[in-house]
Amino acid sequence: MRFLPYGVAIWLFMVGLYGIVTSRNLVHQIISLSVVQASTYVLLMTVGFRTGAAAPVFADIPTSRAAVDPVVQALSLTDVVVGATVSALLLAIAVQIHKKTGTLDPEDLRGAPDL
Amino acid sequence: MTSRVRKVVFLVAGGMLALLLVWGLAGLPHFGAAHAVDGTMLNQVSVRERHITDVVTAVNFDYRGFDTVGEEFIFFAAVLGVALLLRPQSGEGSGHHNDFATGRAVPPTSDALRVLGLGLTPPTVLFAFYIVAHGHLTPGGGFQGGVILATGVLLIYLAGELDDLHGLYTERALERSEAIGAGGFVAVGLLGVAAGSAFLENVLPLGQLGSVFSAGMVPLINLCVGLEIAAGLVLLMTTFLHQTIVLRRLVRTRRTTTDASP
Repeated sequence: MRFLPYGVAIWLFMVGLYGIVTSRNLVHQIISLSVVQASTYVLLMTVGFRTGAAAPVFADIPTSRAAVDPVVQALSLTDVVVGATVSALLLAIAVQIHKKTGTLDPEDLRGAPDL
Repeated sequence: MTSRVRKVVFLVAGGMLALLLVWGLAGLPHFGAAHAVDGTMLNQVSVRERHITDVVTAVNFDYRGFDTVGEEFIFFAAVLGVALLLRPQSGEGSGHHNDFATGRAVPPTSDALRVLGLGLTPPTVLFAFYIVAHGHLTPGGGFQGGVILATGVLLIYLAGELDDLHGLYTERALERSEAIGAGGFVAVGLLGVAAGSAFLENVLPLGQLGSVFSAGMVPLINLCVGLEIAAGLVLLMTTFLHQTIVLRRLVRTRRTTTDASP
């Protein structure tokens, strides 16, 4: 249990990487990249978690109460935004590739004429 | 490299990478035993120092505000890139949107979807503004509220026709809102410089703790970010929808297929 969340992060990272390497469809490949990014969210949340601590929002709890690390939560917000924009850019590229070549299979793109 | 060879190479290399990750992460504090010095300190000082009850927002828009400017411009650049990549290419123009399978015109939106979409839009927009305005008090802020606001606009599209959004696409209103939002963040940051202090240093009164008008410049920044994120996301959605529904190849050109190549 003490290592389980780290294990989940490693598992997500490796599974996403496996998807990227073996994918036969560009959209599937982009979603695999999102899975890799999801592992970083799990890792960040895990690093900052303290057993028994509250969320770092002091709207209704006293400031003396122990709370989890707010810095990694702020970092994962940045992470989510960057992840979403990267996916949008890659999907736009995939749309154009499909229009130009008629295929989304990376194998078929081998030796394709200049896009 | 055949796919079989590639898979074998990946399994060997990935296995080693996984072992390296396990070894590295095993050296970190156990789950639930984190002792972040800076995080604990921020939890103790930011309520008193910045009059912000949501410390995550305090980190994002105050203590780490400069990084968030960069983050915001990553988003800005990505939206710009998508708009550039999906612009009408040569030989493309607006066409009638027909059902792909049958070739008939797309049937009109059903009444159920129309009622549900229009009924959900006002509460969604209200909720979005609530989330943006209370970012410094409770979980939320410009990024989260902006995404919810964009969802409200998407509901309008679902409830109506694409033409309802087409006005937004052609009138450049979205580009302007996005630019104002991105520039507004920097402008608020420059208030600090104008007052003789550092960039993004708070110069506005901190206000009463727990009130909407508190935390100095943070609510203003959240407003700018909310505007930019909402406009940027709607721009992304309209660009993709325009690309798939409206744009058609006008001149019949030979499709370059790679099936013949070995």
